[in-house]
Amino acid sequence: MTQTISRIPFRAQPSVIPGFGLTLGLTVFWLSLIVLVPLSSLFLKSATLGWDAFWAAISTPRVVHALRVSFSTAAIAAGINTVFGLIVAWVLVRYRFPGRRIVDALVDIPFALPTAIAGIALTTLWAENGWLGALLAPFGIKVAFTPAGIVIALIFIGLPFVVRTVQPVLEDFEREAEDAAESLGANPWQVFTKVIWPSIMPATLTGMALAFARALGEYGSVIFIAGNLPMKSEIAPLLIVIKLEEFAYAEATAIAVTMLIASFILLLCINILQRWAERRERRR
Amino acid sequence: MNALFSIAADQRREIVSARRKTGRAALIAIALAFLGLFVVLPLLLVFLQAFAHGWEAYVEALTEPDAVSAIQLTLITAVISVPLNMVFGLVASWAITKFEFRGKSFLITLIDLPFSVSPVISGLVFVLMFGLQGWLGPWLRDNDLQIIFAVPGIVLATVFVTFPFVARELIPIMQEQGTLEEEAAFTLNASGLQTFWYVTLPNVKWALLYGVLLCNARAMGEFGAVSVVSGHVRGLTNTMPLHVEILYNEYNFVAAFAVASLLAMLAIITLALKTLLEWKLSRDRAPDSAPAGD
Amino acid sequence: MRIDVKNLTRVFGDFYALRDVDLSVKSGELVALLGPSGSGKTTLLRIIAGLDWADSGDIQFNGVSTSGRPVGDRQVGFVFQHYALFRHMTVYENVAFGLRVRPRQQRLPEPVIRERVNRLLQLVQIDWLADRMPAQLSGGQRQRVALARALAIEPSVLLLDEPFGALDAKVRKELRRWLRRLHEQLGMTSVFVTHDQEEALELADRVVVMNKGRIEQIDTPAQLYDTPATPFVSGFLGDNNALDCHVAAGSVLLPGIDTTALERVEVPNGPARLYARPHDIAVVPDAEGEATIRFVSTVGAFVRLEAELPDGRIVELTRTREEQNEDPLAIGVRVGLRLYRAQVFAA
Repeated sequence: MTQTISRIPFRAQPSVIPGFGLTLGLTVFWLSLIVLVPLSSLFLKSATLGWDAFWAAISTPRVVHALRVSFSTAAIAAGINTVFGLIVAWVLVRYRFPGRRIVDALVDIPFALPTAIAGIALTTLWAENGWLGALLAPFGIKVAFTPAGIVIALIFIGLPFVVRTVQPVLEDFEREAEDAAESLGANPWQVFTKVIWPSIMPATLTGMALAFARALGEYGSVIFIAGNLPMKSEIAPLLIVIKLEEFAYAEATAIAVTMLIASFILLLCINILQRWAERRERRR
Repeated sequence: MNALFSIAADQRREIVSARRKTGRAALIAIALAFLGLFVVLPLLLVFLQAFAHGWEAYVEALTEPDAVSAIQLTLITAVISVPLNMVFGLVASWAITKFEFRGKSFLITLIDLPFSVSPVISGLVFVLMFGLQGWLGPWLRDNDLQIIFAVPGIVLATVFVTFPFVARELIPIMQEQGTLEEEAAFTLNASGLQTFWYVTLPNVKWALLYGVLLCNARAMGEFGAVSVVSGHVRGLTNTMPLHVEILYNEYNFVAAFAVASLLAMLAIITLALKTLLEWKLSRDRAPDSAPAGD
Repeated sequence: MRIDVKNLTRVFGDFYALRDVDLSVKSGELVALLGPSGSGKTTLLRIIAGLDWADSGDIQFNGVSTSGRPVGDRQVGFVFQHYALFRHMTVYENVAFGLRVRPRQQRLPEPVIRERVNRLLQLVQIDWLADRMPAQLSGGQRQRVALARALAIEPSVLLLDEPFGALDAKVRKELRRWLRRLHEQLGMTSVFVTHDQEEALELADRVVVMNKGRIEQIDTPAQLYDTPATPFVSGFLGDNNALDCHVAAGSVLLPGIDTTALERVEVPNGPARLYARPHDIAVVPDAEGEATIRFVSTVGAFVRLEAELPDGRIVELTRTREEQNEDPLAIGVRVGLRLYRAQVFAA
C-alpha cells in the first residue's frame, strides 16, 4: 500500500477494476489497424501529389461543379429535414395518437434500409412514369434524373437525424415553463419562439449538421435517382468512383481529401455546438 | 363586472382550445404526410414491385445462382464483421467506461470517425492501401494475394463502416451504470473475467444486442464502400446490394426489387426488434424505482 | 482481526482526501467514521477495503501489511452506500455470488451453498424474499441483502459505507438497533461510515471524527460528547453554544454570563472561543439579570429557551418541564445565566 503501485502516467486514478492495459491496448491497436492507418493512407497519398497537382485535380470545372452540387443539395435537404424533423419530433413527443409507436419506429427506416434499396425505390417513385413522378409530369416538373431528385434522396437518408437529436431534449423539457409563459399571457407562437426554441436550438442545429454531413457523403441512394450527368447532376462521391474506375487515383484522392476536410470541419462544429449546449445546460 | 370578465375568459379559453385542436391535427397531418411520402411509400413500393409478376417470378429471382451467391457473400461478410465489431465494442467500452484516463473523449471521437466518412471514401482508403497501385499492391501481387476486388476487401470495408455501432450503444449505458456492481463483485473475490461475465455482461445485454442488430443491418446493406472495393464480379464478389444495382441497371426490375425486398425485410425486422429492445432497455436503465418503504 | 492504519495520505490532484491518518481498530470493535461530506471518511473506508489506493502510508491487518493484496484477498465484507446489488440476480443469487465465484477446488457443493445462503437470509430476516429481484425490494430490504451478501464470504472485517444513509428515519432507527445486535452476535471487527452523529454515538464502541482529511478525535461516544478535543468536534457534535470570550489568568470573561463556577482553563491570555452545551448553563429568574428571554418552546421532554445577551448574542438553554412549571419563564423576562461546564480554545 506504500509507493509500490506503479502509476501509469496518463491514468488519472488507479482502479481495482482489472484490464485497463489490455482493453485500452486492444482498442487502440484495432482502431489503428481498421480506421486510422487506412484513413492516413489517404492523406499520405495526397501529400505525395504536391499542392499544384492537388489543386489541379480539384479545380477542373467538372470537379468544382460536382462539389457545388453535393454541397448545395445537401444543404437544401438538411434545411427541409430540419423543418419537418422538428414537426415530427414535436408530434411524437407531445401528442398521443393511435399508431404513434409505429410512426416512431418508421423514423429509423432510413438508418436501417440499405441505401441502394432506397435509391431504386425512390427513383421508381419519382420517375416520370412512377406513382409520384406521373402526378408532377403534367405540370412539366421533372424530379428523377435532375438535381431535385438528389435532394429527394438526401431528404430520405437525412430524415432521422433532426428528429432523433431533438426528441430527447423535447422530452426532458419542463412543461411547467410553458404553462408559466402561457399564464403570463404569451400566445402559442410566443411560447414556442421565446421558451421552447431556445432550449431545443442546440439540438436542432446538431441534428441539422449531422444530416448535412451524412448527405454530403451519400452515394448509394443518390446515384440511381441523380441521372449522373456531368456538369449537371453529378455528385462528388460519384466522381471519386468514376476517377477510381479510370485508375486516376490521384484525382480521386484529391476530391476525397477535400470532402473529408469538409466533414471534419463539420464534426468539429457539431462538437463545439454540443459543448456549448452542455455549458448552457449546466448554467441553468 | 366580475361575471362579464369571467365570461370573456371562458370564451377566450374555448377559442384557444379550439385553435389548439386544429393546430394539433394539422401538425400530426403534416408529420404523417411527410413520413408517408418519404418512408412508407418507398418501402411499400419495394414489396409491390417485388411481387409485380407474382410469387413464382419472385422465388425465381431469389433462387437464380447469381442471387444465391450474392446472398451467401452477404451472409459471410456479416458473419465475419459483426462478431469482430462486437468483441471490439465490448473491449473498447470497458476501457472507456471503467477507467479514467487522459484523451478519453478524443478516443471516442476516433471510434466514431467511420460514421462521418463518406462510404465511397471508406472504400477508397482500402483501394489506396491494397489496390494494384496501392502501398501494399506490388507485394500482394508478388505473393499472389488479392484483397481488393475480392472477398477480403469487402469484409475490410464492411468492418470499417460498421466499426462504431456496438461501442456506441454500449458506452452510454455502461457509463450510466458506473462501476459499483463490479467493485462489489471484487470484494466478494470474483475474478476479472467472472465479474465481466456474471455482472457486467448481463447488465448490458439488451444494449449489446441492439448494437449488434444495427451493426448487422448495416453490414448486410452497405453499398458505397463495398461497391468501390468489390470489382462487381457477378457470382463472385457481388453482395446483395451490389446485385440489386446490377439487376436494376439491366432493367430487370422485378428481380432487383425481389432481392431488395429481402434487405427491406431485414430492416423492418431490425427496427421491430429495436422497438422491443428499447422497451427492455428502459426497464434496465431504471431498476431502482422508488422503494416501497419497509 | 485488528486493523492498523499508519500515516495514510491520499491526494486527488491538489486536494488532500486524507492527510497523515493514523488509526487502530481492535479486534471485535465497532468503530464509526464520522464527519461532514468531503472529510475523507469514505476514502479511508475504501482504502481499508482495497477499493482505493493510498499515496503513502500503510494498512495492516493483524500486524501484516495489506500492501499489494487485491480486494478479494482481504476477507473484507463491504456494504456499499447504495447497496450495489446485482440488479439482474435474485436476492438468493446475490447472496450466493461470493460462494459461487470461488476457484473450482475451493468451491462448496451446491447444497452447502444453499444451506449457508438460507441461514444468512434468516439471519438478516428476509428469507421470504429469496426469489425477488432487487428492484422489487424496499430500501431497508436491499440493505439487508447487501449485508447478507457481504457476510456470505465469512469476512473477518465488515466495512459499511453510510449503511443507513438512503433510508427514512424510522427504518433507520430499527436497522441501527438490529445491526448492533448482529455485531454483538457475530463479533466481527466492523467499521462504518456515517455523517449522522446520532447514529455514530448510539451504535459505535468508538467514534472517529474526521474533518478535511484529518482525524480530529478518536474516543468513546460519551467522552466525545463531554470532552470534545477540538473546536471542530465541539461545533460538530451535539448542540453547542459557540461564543467568543476573553481569557485572563485562567478565568473566562464573558459579559452577561456568570463564569465563576468554571474550572481554571489552560488557555493563554487573550481572545478565545468557548463552547457550552445548553444543559450546562443554569438559568435563574433575576430582575437585575443581564440576559433577556427571547424564545420559549415547550415541545418535548425538555423546555428549550433562547436568551439574548446585552451585546445582542443569542444563547440556547434548556430546562426541565418541572422547573418551567414551578417557575415559568416567559418571553421578555430578565434572567441571570451561570455557566458550569465549557470547552475553551484559544482563538
